[in-house]
Amino acid sequence: MKEFAFHRAASVADLPSGATIIAGGTNLLDLMKLEVMAPEALVDITRLDLDRIEPDGDGLRIGALVRNSDLAAHPTIRRHYPVLSRALLAGASGQLRNMATTGGNLMQRTRCPYFYDRRMPCNKREPGAGCSAIGGVTRNHAILGASEHCIATYPGDMAVALRALDAVVEIDGPSPRRVPLADFHLLPGDTPHVETVLQPGEIITAVILPAPVGGQQRYRKVRDRASYAFALVSVAAIIGMDGGRISHAALAFGGVAHKPWRNPEIEKLLTGQEPSDALFAEAAEILLQPAQGHGENQFKIPLLRRTLNATLRDTTGMEAQA
Amino acid sequence: MTRHLRVDGPNHDNRLDHMAQGVIGQPLNRLEGPLKVTGRATYAAEARPANMAYGVLVQASVPAGKVLEIGDAPGALAVIQDKRMIRYAAQGLDEKGPTSGPDRIEYMGQSIALVVAETFEAARHAAQNIVVRYKPEAVPVDPESVTPELPPKKQSAAGDVDKAMREAAFTLDQVWRTPSQMSAAMEPHAAIAEWDGDSVTIRAALQMLSSNRKQMADALGIRESKLRLLSPYVGGGFGSKLGINAEAVAAAIAAKELGRPVMVAMTRQQVFDLAHRRSETRQRIRLACDAAGRLNGIGHEVLVSNLPGSEFTEPVAQATPFTYQAAHRQVVHAVARIHRGCAGSVRAPGEAVGVTVFECAMDELAELAGIDPVELRLKNIPDVEPTTERPFSSHKLAEALREGAERFGWSGRRAPGQRLEGEWFIGMGMAAAVRVNMLQESRAKVTLVQDGTAIVETDMTDIGTGTYTILGQLAAEMLGLPTDRVEVRLGDTQFPPASGSGGSFGAASSGNSVFLACEEIRQQIAKAMGCDERDLTLQDGMARAGNVAKSLSELVDGTITGEGHLQPGKTEKSHRQATWGSHWAEVAVNRWTGEVRVRRMMGVFACGRVLNEKTARSQCLGGMTFGIGIALTEAMEHDPRDGHAVSRDLAEYHIPSHADVPSLDVHFLPERDAYVGPLQAKGLGELGICGAGAAVLNAIHNACGARVRDLPATPDKIIAGLEP
Ligand SMILES: Cc1cc2nc3c(=O)[nH]c(=O)nc-3n(C[C@H](O)[C@H](O)[C@H](O)COP(=O)(O)OP(=O)(O)OC[C@H]3O[C@@H](n4cnc5c(N)ncnc54)[C@H](O)[C@@H]3O)c2cc1C
Ligand code: SF4
Repeated sequence: MKEFAFHRAASVADLPSGATIIAGGTNLLDLMKLEVMAPEALVDITRLDLDRIEPDGDGLRIGALVRNSDLAAHPTIRRHYPVLSRALLAGASGQLRNMATTGGNLMQRTRCPYFYDRRMPCNKREPGAGCSAIGGVTRNHAILGASEHCIATYPGDMAVALRALDAVVEIDGPSPRRVPLADFHLLPGDTPHVETVLQPGEIITAVILPAPVGGQQRYRKVRDRASYAFALVSVAAIIGMDGGRISHAALAFGGVAHKPWRNPEIEKLLTGQEPSDALFAEAAEILLQPAQGHGENQFKIPLLRRTLNATLRDTTGMEAQA
Repeated sequence: MTRHLRVDGPNHDNRLDHMAQGVIGQPLNRLEGPLKVTGRATYAAEARPANMAYGVLVQASVPAGKVLEIGDAPGALAVIQDKRMIRYAAQGLDEKGPTSGPDRIEYMGQSIALVVAETFEAARHAAQNIVVRYKPEAVPVDPESVTPELPPKKQSAAGDVDKAMREAAFTLDQVWRTPSQMSAAMEPHAAIAEWDGDSVTIRAALQMLSSNRKQMADALGIRESKLRLLSPYVGGGFGSKLGINAEAVAAAIAAKELGRPVMVAMTRQQVFDLAHRRSETRQRIRLACDAAGRLNGIGHEVLVSNLPGSEFTEPVAQATPFTYQAAHRQVVHAVARIHRGCAGSVRAPGEAVGVTVFECAMDELAELAGIDPVELRLKNIPDVEPTTERPFSSHKLAEALREGAERFGWSGRRAPGQRLEGEWFIGMGMAAAVRVNMLQESRAKVTLVQDGTAIVETDMTDIGTGTYTILGQLAAEMLGLPTDRVEVRLGDTQFPPASGSGGSFGAASSGNSVFLACEEIRQQIAKAMGCDERDLTLQDGMARAGNVAKSLSELVDGTITGEGHLQPGKTEKSHRQATWGSHWAEVAVNRWTGEVRVRRMMGVFACGRVLNEKTARSQCLGGMTFGIGIALTEAMEHDPRDGHAVSRDLAEYHIPSHADVPSLDVHFLPERDAYVGPLQAKGLGELGICGAGAAVLNAIHNACGARVRDLPATPDKIIAGLEP
C-alpha cells in the first residue's frame, strides 16, 4: 500500500479537492493494498450526516452512508421496494454488508481479475495499455455493451434493483444535481477508466426512490455458489398484473454489462400481454439480440435467457399454476 | 526408557478397550479450544520479537526465463537475492530442500527476491513496485498441448482391457476433467526467523516438523541441530504446509543478513501463486461388465501435470487397483511438463479426484446395465487385493454401503427427472469412499509427575484437526487421569520427532507413539506395585492391582518418563490397508438456471478405532464439504497464455460457503483393525473427501438427467445438459 494522507471530513463542504473518498472501505482498501488504486489522499466521509432514510415527496431519500444491512432491513424498503432488499441481501456477506454503504456500493469497481492484477495490461487501470481479459479468462465478463477496449462488468447487485426502480442519484459538489441511475454508470467505449458521470470533487449524497409501484418484485441472482459470489447473471423484476395480463413491467439485468442493463423494448413488448412461454422467449430474443460472448462467458447468453424466463414465470404467476 | 514397536504383525489385544478411565473415544471438546476462540493461541505470524523487520516476497511477472536485474526499493531496508532461496515448496516428507536459485523462473508468480522494510506495508509497497528485468522464455502452459511423460512406476496393467471391452455385455468409455484446486487454508503461510549466533529459530506454519527441519537445514546449508522450528498452532494446511515454502527460507536468510528477526507472511494472492496446487486431471475411464454387472475390465488413464523435474505426480488412480474386482485392468498416469505453479499434495491427493471420477463412472455403468448403483458396487467387491492377492487388513465397504442405503432411505430414489418440486428437480446419488491407509515413524515422550499430572511432548502438529485433544485423551486413558490433568506440548522440534500431519497418518502414527510411551510408564508403575502390567488398573490417579490400591503420588518418586517409538513394518506389505465408507447426497437442481443445492448429505465411515467422536466427526464434515466444493464450486483458473493463477483470493476461488452446505450426517462403523498398530486406529482426515463429490454429481444426474464430466458442475455446465 502506498502512503497516503488521511483527512476526516466534517461536512460536505469540507471535502478536500483531489482526495479519494473512503466510506465503508470494503472495496477501496482491497484495491489499495494491491495498488490498483493508489490515492495520495483519502477523505473519510463516515462522520457526515448522510446516514438517514427519509421521505422525499411520495418516494424515499436514502443517504449515501446508509449501510447495506440497514437499508435491506428497513421496513419501508421491505414493504414497498422488496426488490431492493432482495438485491442487497443477495450481495457479498453479512460482514461486508454491515460495512458497505449505499454510495460506495454504487461506485464499486469491476471484478475483472486482470484489473486486480498489476502484472497484466488493463485499459481500465492504465488507459491505452490493452485489455488482458480478451483472450484470457472471461467467466465474469460482459455480453452486452462491451467494447474492444474493455469487456468488464459492473459487478454490483443493489444498483440493478435501483435501475428497475428508476432511482435517481443525488450528487453534491461545485454543481449539485440529480442524475437518473440509468445515466449514472457508463459503457466502456474507448474510455473504460471512466465508469460513472461523477466528476472529481463530487460526492454522492443520496439515492432517491420514486413513489412505490407495487407489483411482484424479485431479484434473481445466479452465481457459482449459493452465497458470497458475484452474479453470473441477475434479473431485477417488477411485474404488475391486471386481469391476467401484464400491466407493468420493469426489468434490469446484472452481471452482463458495464452497467446495470435495461431494455425498454422488452418492457413494451410484455405490457398488455398475457404471460406465455412464447412471449417470454420473444422478450429474451430482443434482449439478447445484440449479445456477444467472449469465449468462456458465452454461456451467459443462454443462462440469461433461462433466468429471465424463470423470473417472468414466477412474477406473472405462471410458475405457481404449473 | 523407549518402547519401540515395528508393526510387523497383527495386534488383537484391544488394550484400549480394557482401560478404566473411559475417556478414549469420547466426544471431548478441543483442549486448546478456549485459547483459539480468545485469540491467545499464537499462530506463525502473531509473535512479535523485539526489533522485528518485515519481508515481502518479490514475484516473477513472466512464466519462465531468467532474472537479469532487480532494481532498487526506495524506503526498504534491503532487497535480498540469495541463491539459496527456493523456487517452490518442498513436497511432503522430502528430506532435502526444494530446487533453489530464484533467478531462474519456472512459473509466473514464482518468488525471485525478498524486500525487507520496517513495516509490512512499506515492504509490500516496495515489493510491488520494484523493477525487474527479465530474459523471458516461451513455455507450454496447457497440459493437453504437450507430449506427456509416462513414469514407469506409475503404470500398471494385467490382462487385456481392450479385449474385455469388446466382449462385455455393457461398456462405458468416457473422459472427465477436473481443474486445478487449492488447499485454501485460512491461515496464510508465514514465518518469523530469529538467529542466535549460528542457531536459528523459525516460527512457521508447517504440518510436518521433523521433515521440515531436514528440508530447511538443507536449504539454508546449516546443520539440523542448529535449527529449531516452532509450529504450535497451524490455521489449516490441507497439504499446503507439508513442505517448507519460499517465505520461511527467505525469512531465515534475511534475518541473518540484517541481524534482526524477520517476518515473512504471504499475502492471500501469494498463497494462491506459491502454495502447491492440485494438478488438473483428465481421466479416461473404461469399464466392462457382464450382463449381471460383474466387472471384467477396468481402465483408468490419467493425465496430470507438473513443472519439469518435479517428482510429485497426483496419484489419481491410487485406489483403482484394489477398489473393485476385474480380471483385465490398466492404470496409466501420464504427466505433462508445463509451467503452471508447482503441483503437490492437496486434501487427499489421488482419491479426492480419482475416486470421485471413478464413482461417477460406476454410476453411469449402473445406469447402462440397468442395475442399482449400490448393487453394482456390492457385486464387485474383491475378497483379496486384485493386483497382488494380498488380504485386506479389514474390509468394510459392503457394510458401509448397506448401512448407508438403509439410513439414507435409498429405496426412495426414483428414475432420473421424475421428481420436480416447483422449479427444482430432486435427485439422490451415492458413491463409495475409499482411501489408502498408512503409518509413519513417530516418537513421543510422556512424563508422569508425582502430583498426578502428565505431560506429552512430541513435535507433532495440530493443524486444526484435534491432535492436542486426542493425544491428551490417549495419555489420560492409559495413565488413568482426568484429561484436564494432561498437558500436551506440540509443534517444537526440540520434542521427539513425530510423523507430522499429512496423508491422514498423523493421529494413528503419533497416537501409537504416545500409547507406547504410556505402556512404558505403566510398566514402571506395575513394577512399583509388584504386579504384572496387564493386571494393573489406573483410574482417577489411583493404581489398583488385585486388592491393593495406591495413589500415584505414593508410587511416583518425582517423575516417571516413558518414550514411545512407532515404526511401520511388515503389515504394510503383507496386507492392503485402507479405510472405507459410503457417501449419500440428495440435491435440488433448478430446471431453469441449473443452480444446484445440496439438500442433505450423509457419510458412513470405517476407520478403525475412533479416538474422539467429535473431532473425528468434524474431520468428516470438513471432508464432505470439500467434496461439495470439488463437485460444485472449486476451480483454480489458469490464464491460457501464461498459465498464471487467475483466481487468487477467497472471493474468486470458491470453496463452499455456509449456504452451500446443508446439515451433514456422519456415522461411524465400529471397527478394530489389528494390522495398524496397537491403537487399532486408521487415518480419517481425508476419507470424507474421497468420493463425496461423486455422490453429489450422481444425484444431479438422478435429479435432472444431466451428466457433468467437466468439474465443477457450475450452472453453465448444468444448463448445457438440460432441456431448452
Ligand atoms: C469479498 C467481497 C464480495 C462482494 N460481493 C458482492 C456482491 O455479491 N454483490 C455486490 O453488489 N457487492 C459485493 N461486494 C462489493 C461491496 O458491495 C462493495 O465493496 C461495497 O458496497 C462498497 O461500499 P463501501 O462503502 O465499502 O465503499 P468503499 O470501499 O469505501 O468505496 C468504494 C468506492 O466508492 C467511492 N465512494 C464511496 N462513497 C462515495 C460517495 N458517497 N460518493 C462518491 N464516491 C464514493 C470510493 O471513493 C471508492 O472508489 C463484495 C465485496 C467483497 C470484498
Ligand atoms: S476487461 Fe476491462 S477491466 Fe478487464 S482487463 Fe480488460 S480493460 Fe481491464
